[in-house]
Amino acid sequence: MPREGILVPNPYERITDEQLQQIHRASLQILVDPGLICFSKKAAEIFHSHGAEVAAVASADHPCWQIKIPEKLVIEAVDNAPKTVKLGARNPDNALIMKGDEPRVYFISGSETNIWLDVDFPAYVKKSDNSVEIQVPEFHPRRATVADLCQSAHVCEHLETLDGYIRTVNIQDEDITEDNKDVNKFFASLNNTTKHFMSGLTKLEQLDNVVRMAELIAGGEEALKENPIISFITCLVKSPLQFVEDTTDTFIEICRRGLPVAVSSSPQAGTTAPIKEAGIMAQINAEVLAGITLGQLVNKGTPMLYGSVPVRARMDTLGDSYGSVETSQYNIDCVQMARFYKIPNYSTSGVCDAKIPGQQASIERLFSDIVVTLSGPQFLHCAYGLLDGNAVFCLLQAVLDDAHFQMLKFFLKTPRIDVQELSVVLKQIRETVATPQKLYISYIRPVLRSGEISAPYPFEGDGEGDSVFALAYQRMNELLDKPVEHIDPDTTARIFQEIPGLLPRLNVYRERKQT
Amino acid sequence: MTEDGILAQLKENVIQGRKNQDEEGIDEKLSGTRGVVELTRLALEKKISPEEIINKALTAGMRVVGEKYSSKEYFIPDMLASAEAVGEAMEILRPLLEAANVETKGKFAIATVKGDIHDIGKNIVAILLKGAGYEVNDLGTNVSAEKIIDFIKKENPDYLGLSALLTTTMPEIGVVIEALKDNGLRDRVKVLIGGAAVSDDFAQEIGADAYCLDGFHAIKVLDSLKRAKAS
Repeated sequence: MPREGILVPNPYERITDEQLQQIHRASLQILVDPGLICFSKKAAEIFHSHGAEVAAVASADHPCWQIKIPEKLVIEAVDNAPKTVKLGARNPDNALIMKGDEPRVYFISGSETNIWLDVDFPAYVKKSDNSVEIQVPEFHPRRATVADLCQSAHVCEHLETLDGYIRTVNIQDEDITEDNKDVNKFFASLNNTTKHFMSGLTKLEQLDNVVRMAELIAGGEEALKENPIISFITCLVKSPLQFVEDTTDTFIEICRRGLPVAVSSSPQAGTTAPIKEAGIMAQINAEVLAGITLGQLVNKGTPMLYGSVPVRARMDTLGDSYGSVETSQYNIDCVQMARFYKIPNYSTSGVCDAKIPGQQASIERLFSDIVVTLSGPQFLHCAYGLLDGNAVFCLLQAVLDDAHFQMLKFFLKTPRIDVQELSVVLKQIRETVATPQKLYISYIRPVLRSGEISAPYPFEGDGEGDSVFALAYQRMNELLDKPVEHIDPDTTARIFQEIPGLLPRLNVYRERKQT
Repeated sequence: MTEDGILAQLKENVIQGRKNQDEEGIDEKLSGTRGVVELTRLALEKKISPEEIINKALTAGMRVVGEKYSSKEYFIPDMLASAEAVGEAMEILRPLLEAANVETKGKFAIATVKGDIHDIGKNIVAILLKGAGYEVNDLGTNVSAEKIIDFIKKENPDYLGLSALLTTTMPEIGVVIEALKDNGLRDRVKVLIGGAAVSDDFAQEIGADAYCLDGFHAIKVLDSLKRAKAS
């Protein structure tokens, strides 16, 4: 049985059907005029061979082509893209089944930050009363390592609400190179979580090694197709409207192998997309449709997610403002567009502008987590642990986020109101009103431990002091102490034998033997 | 069943909060088996003394419940279910304790004062005090000072609990205390006050003996009043 996720009843919609149609038509027009600039020769040739108008751009520094994608190609590609996408998992019970027209939400981590935020709890003594000591969290940023990636996968494995794992950090150990980064990030993640794993690829040359690793874990080439334990995320289109050479070439090869891939675009309203909602929507939709079209032309039926990471620019720095309200609006619009095409959606929420965990982080992430979830995206990259846009990952924040999502999941439960239920409660009302105390408390107990009553906020302190961070930190360490199911010793041995570049220290069995 | 077996079962049923055999506890396996009321009667039939029943089963069970509540394994509804079950057992045991001249924890009259009809907190306090072994007389809501004075004259309770939720009705607590003084009853009864509107400062201001934050606090306050009296 796959994971259930949470089915959103009556998903929230911001834009009308007519507006959807208008955006769709505007996107189709954009794909023809101005079309896209393509820096990938392979992509240009594919489009050309399928009837798109392709012309070399003479004045460019790098070889590139102007591509005008006719409406027919786009519509066919949308038709050919699978409407149900399965993302498998090492533990088949953790598989995710995403239907493009069903607002069933899966909560997934992300993204790939350079910075890992360590947490420390030094004690402070009250100036006016030496007997009063409090612990205040201090956050220390540093470059992320492969050990951090293992730790975050480990904790994410145990986070109840988290349905799948996108690699959280960019591994920057001294012995990590461009050549061995991919195999190590895939192995570190897959070895520490039995949930679905999605990642980008640093180097195309490593694709086959990564796929082979996944085949060894899944049980062979066919088994991997049946249970795709890995998937890829590619930002092949750089906004505005440019196919990037390396990512596009990587995307093409992923599609050739038929593995699931999120076709993602991340325009910034105000700089790389128009500041107006209609503008960024028409453009991002065109960019994603261009990617989907290319992928389906490469390999009809490749499972794809309509990926959207739109963001508004900050007015003070022109950096990304993930915490802005408009960012959530764009995301919800994209959820609707994907549902219009019946292609499962990869959406974004929870990314915030705040640099450390705290009130700003909670407010920004919770706001977007709630509103975007209510719109019913299938794959919600909801930024467990992410801070400062996409720059920082903090494990403590991921644990805090899990508590938010527990509330959200409970909130979205289907209401239990029916004839039988009403008959039971009417009996309770009559019985209680007839008692001297007129309290319903005795009826609480049968439901108290049945999951019908939402749990209290797990990091609530006893006194007036705010002990949220301290309690979440304690929880984080408990989760780190809980074992995870690693890849079995035989498969691990084969992986280390067949896949070049893996760091020996990632082999947990080897380490155990040595100790 | 041995005496120890009955007392152990009784204690377990207190922990489970099963007043009688019709009630569900937390452990489904106990469903349909004897609850606190049936086991108390069985214990008496087997000639187990009321003191032993109280000490080895009822109080011991409530101690475990208190620990579970403190460790957040139990919630208020669990605590109340156990307290209610113990309250029922105490009703069965009380005549025997009185006949044997065994000193009980005391008589506690409780009321929401005149003008105020809020009683959730008052009712919870009443259940918890019963469970803690007090004989509780609940005078209800919107109770006038006259009615309270009459009751005290007639029943001579050791303690009087007065509750008010509203800032508009809290002065009525002071009115009751003044009426106690006017009737020469103030020294006969300890007055504990509670409710959302009142506070420790207010208790001192109007001459109450103690302010209780909630039912659990009330039990602690009563224990300390008892200790103070004993010393």
